[in-house]
Amino acid sequence: MVLFIICCPIIAAILVMIGAPARKTALPASGLTLTATLFLLASFQPAQREFQHVTSFSISPEWHLSFTTGLDGLSLAMVLLAAIVTLAAVWFAGKIDKYENAFYACLLFISGGAIGAFASIDLFFFYAFHELALIPTFLLIGIWGSGNRVAAAWKITIYLAIGSFILLLGLILLYQSVPVASRTFDIRALKAAAALGQISPDAQRHVYLLLLIGFGILISLFPFHTWAPEAYASAPAPAAMLHAGILKKFGLYGLLRLAIPLLPEGARHWTNLLVVLLLGNIIYVGLVTIAQKRLDWMLGYSSVMHMGYIFLGIASASILGATGAVVLMFAHGLSIALLFALAGELRKRTGTLVFDELGGLAKMMPFAGLAFGLGAFAAIGLPGFANFAGEIMIFFGAFKNGWEIGRFHIFQIATVLALWGVVISTVYMLRAYRKTFMGALNERWKGLVDLQPWLRVPVALLVGALLCYGFFPQSFVRIITPAFRPYLSANK
Amino acid sequence: MITAPLLEIAVLVLGMVILMFEAFATKIDKRVLAYAAIAGLAVVLVATFFVAPTPPPNQATGFWNFYTADRLSIFFKQFALLTTMSVLIMMIDYAPVVRSSFPGSHDGLGEFFAVPVFTCAGLMYLVSAIDFVFIFVSLELVTISFYVLVSFTRRNPLTLEAGVKYLVLSALSTAFLVYGIAWIFGVTGQTNLQRITEALANPNTDHGAALFGMVSVLVALGFKIAAVPFQIWVPDVYQGAPTPVTAYLSVGSKAAGFVVLLRVLQPFLMLPQIQRLLVLIALLTLIYGNLAALPQGNLKRLLAYSSIAHAGYLLIGVVCLDGRAVVFYLTAYLLMTLLSFAVLVIVSQQTGDRISDFDGLGKRSPFLAFAMLIAMVSLAGVPFTAGFLGKFFIFYAAIAQRQIALLVVGVITVGCGFYYYLKVVRAMYWQSATKIDKIPVSALSRLAISGLIIATIWLGVYPQPILDALKR
Repeated sequence: MVLFIICCPIIAAILVMIGAPARKTALPASGLTLTATLFLLASFQPAQREFQHVTSFSISPEWHLSFTTGLDGLSLAMVLLAAIVTLAAVWFAGKIDKYENAFYACLLFISGGAIGAFASIDLFFFYAFHELALIPTFLLIGIWGSGNRVAAAWKITIYLAIGSFILLLGLILLYQSVPVASRTFDIRALKAAAALGQISPDAQRHVYLLLLIGFGILISLFPFHTWAPEAYASAPAPAAMLHAGILKKFGLYGLLRLAIPLLPEGARHWTNLLVVLLLGNIIYVGLVTIAQKRLDWMLGYSSVMHMGYIFLGIASASILGATGAVVLMFAHGLSIALLFALAGELRKRTGTLVFDELGGLAKMMPFAGLAFGLGAFAAIGLPGFANFAGEIMIFFGAFKNGWEIGRFHIFQIATVLALWGVVISTVYMLRAYRKTFMGALNERWKGLVDLQPWLRVPVALLVGALLCYGFFPQSFVRIITPAFRPYLSANK
Repeated sequence: MITAPLLEIAVLVLGMVILMFEAFATKIDKRVLAYAAIAGLAVVLVATFFVAPTPPPNQATGFWNFYTADRLSIFFKQFALLTTMSVLIMMIDYAPVVRSSFPGSHDGLGEFFAVPVFTCAGLMYLVSAIDFVFIFVSLELVTISFYVLVSFTRRNPLTLEAGVKYLVLSALSTAFLVYGIAWIFGVTGQTNLQRITEALANPNTDHGAALFGMVSVLVALGFKIAAVPFQIWVPDVYQGAPTPVTAYLSVGSKAAGFVVLLRVLQPFLMLPQIQRLLVLIALLTLIYGNLAALPQGNLKRLLAYSSIAHAGYLLIGVVCLDGRAVVFYLTAYLLMTLLSFAVLVIVSQQTGDRISDFDGLGKRSPFLAFAMLIAMVSLAGVPFTAGFLGKFFIFYAAIAQRQIALLVVGVITVGCGFYYYLKVVRAMYWQSATKIDKIPVSALSRLAISGLIIATIWLGVYPQPILDALKR
């Protein structure tokens, strides 16, 4: 079943490349993926701590390398996110002028790669599947992008290539830091080795630093974030949805999956560095976001900024914080996908996303205005949306962090500063909403048409999921928490 | 039962038969000779699988003490045969260009197809050689046949320049090789690698002089594998030589160089200076190859610099003494380089060999564009292709040895690699075409290219067969 959700988009992509009708193949394939994922969600047993639905094919017995897939709560949450966003992105893609088949094939490859990375229990394939998205992203931005697409495509590709090779070094070092007899790429076996204390504290520190830099580049952690806004601004809307919504979560997922169980000592050692960097994400990038004059750049920067909260949850090393981080990853993926989709539709209709040229669009496009408002409120973290649930858990978890409970620590300062981030995001989101949809209507936009009814389906899908988990976060938390329980303190 | 030396003899006989036919059967279409050569090599290739690998002779006495048929050498014999067959297929596609450079006569084409068979025999001897004299002789067989091939279309001034450069610099490197061998012989009194090892273990041996000899040999091999600072000839020769010959040079010659390097280094490992020297060469090669490739606008030149860059990665493996990583990387390099040259041969006859000549190839020939995409992506090192696993094993070896400098430079140069390889992808898919007519691809080339694509991806997903083949 898990194999099916990985292969479904990839096989569809290959079919589309060979010449199957693009949209008619891609849409059912992503629908099918989502259905299968929902089925897995329904049959998931949260009480069970091990990976479920495990299938394994041996690739190289000598290297203990095998293609193993399976799901636990954490990966299930991410696969669900990927399936929802993929369906929405494919739905929004619509008619493409040139190389239509290649466009859909690229989208499906990205989606299949992301799902494969989330569902792999084997480190090697976990890494390799993520890289599957690299070339399609390059092509998507380069061929179908807008604005300064050439520079953006080069920047994202080279940044991500270097980031992932640093990550690769980290993973190899992790593999080698276990005694020769028990060397393996299997995460379960590595966890067992870590539980026996076979990964020395020294090795943990080195591996964690490499992973932090490698994943940090992929996630757009503060000093490595400059590729993100430009790439998202230039990418076609579905590509931005997939990348900001799903792919960026890969790095965070990797930190949760590897750093917490395998490298606690490394995480402790580099906590202060991480906290300083994530404050850079929240405060510095937040202020930069306020200064943006174009909607697409603003959204790009805001997605960078929100990574800061998730890092805070991960850094806190408490169950509450880590769970909140996963909830926020999920919620942020949905809300940023919604916002990029709407921005893409606006660009299609108006040809510009400069705030000064827009205004009053809600009169012509009431549904788009409503949807954008919901997305913006979700991104700010208004109660009722899943983002709120995630953020509040992160703040509580970080304030009473898992390292030195009850004592004053850098985390208290960080939490207070991060709370100001909420104010910052309120400022830029509401400002964007006002400048785009409120105010006087420019004469140029008199003839705009609202979203067609068939485009309202994916909007409803995204908003529905956000509200559903906003009101019932516990159904989600129940699934995720068992993944962290053996490794993190419970914040008593 | 077939024994290993018979393989080379068969290839040599095949080459002579083809030369005879070329001389006496003047009326036939010369391309028949190429098909015959491919078929003959295929038979030999099948035969290699029935040769049982034997460990190198322990007591270095008897007639065959210069020749080994271990697993590594059998593997590389197959490697050489496969390369030669692919190159011959490219040469068939390239035949119109050769013919047009000899107006009014049918001269030349026959030799164009016959000489690579001799090169192949040379490569096969070379990978089995464990004696300096034999190494020298088989290396000369390879090099001299390359002199002919590189300057084959001699009416073209660029080719002529390439031929002269290759001749002069190769002769110089050969001189270094002989000089180094002479020093080593002078110190140890031996030419057999095994006996040299024994002689060097003796504390009374003059290690300084042996080191000097070894450095001279390294200079010569540096020419063959295109390591900095012996890479000056590479871009011009690669650009000027007929494209299939360039492919042959960059795969066959380089692979042979690395096999000899691995074998020759074995006795000298006890000298730490050699490793430090190799680290330095590897660093320089990585930096120079990748940086110089960045601004190239001609694809053949780009591939020339990229072959220097790949020599750098291979040298990381050599420094770490991980023979398997080197061999795996070479295999991956063989597949992806042959793939890119196979596409280049076809496209360059239609438009040219600049990168801008590939503009809009995605529209003109989706098949060729996809093949080139796989080749470039694999050269850059994207997972699920052979090139990535090659880099993976190389980096694995470097981390195990804690070669920090090589790792840092390696990761940065991988980033450079993504830029210049994807430049080709960019041209094929982003840019709009100046011409829109379809590009014809012959059935044999289509088959060969499809085979290379499948092999590149298959090795990237399931490397175990190669790893098994190299197990001692």
